[in-house]
Amino acid sequence: MNTVTRAHLAERIYTQVGLSRNESADLLETVLDRLARSLESGESVKISGFGTFSVRQKGRRIGRNPKTGIEVPILPRRVLVFRPSQVLKAHVNGTAVPTGDEFAGDEE
Amino acid sequence: MTKSELIAELAAANPHLLGRDVEIIVGTIFDEITAALARGERVELRGFGAFTVKKRDARTGRNPRTGEAVPVDEKAVPFFKAGKELRERVNRGGKPARPVRERVVA
Repeated sequence: MNTVTRAHLAERIYTQVGLSRNESADLLETVLDRLARSLESGESVKISGFGTFSVRQKGRRIGRNPKTGIEVPILPRRVLVFRPSQVLKAHVNGTAVPTGDEFAGDEE
Repeated sequence: MTKSELIAELAAANPHLLGRDVEIIVGTIFDEITAALARGERVELRGFGAFTVKKRDARTGRNPRTGEAVPVDEKAVPFFKAGKELRERVNRGGKPARPVRERVVA
């Protein structure tokens, strides 16, 4: 299966906007870093038509080492969750893309 | 933060770019990820995370209101797994990284 990487995305920016390849790559990195910084501060990121990245707080729980069976505490932590928008889900299924007031990751 | 706030910040930080171009740049990134997933490909951005498509088998669901059984077709769902670096940054919540191990400079 093909894998799309930073290089592909930077190349697309390069062909779409006509900036230099270097600047295209730098801008992609800036966007990713800006998303990361927002999530790091606990703030969710909503990209309409794509989805929502949010941070969820998980409480402490008792886990178990599956190999040894020994109980180990799993400390409270913050995890990242991504909820795809209806538009993205439709694209992935090749079905009709919903129109109207669809907003990132809000559904049901 | 929303997509428009992201565009506005990027435009402010790059005054040499046209606002329209900044919109295209941000749009291109998410459109390309969408297009790759639609082709069934994965998108891997080291340090950030990977977008993949997961298959969900057909199943018999239930209308929660009436309890009636309804067939749910097989479908594909977009999935994002945060990369190690992003996962750690989110978990630390912006606090500086603990010096896990000192790197010896030869």
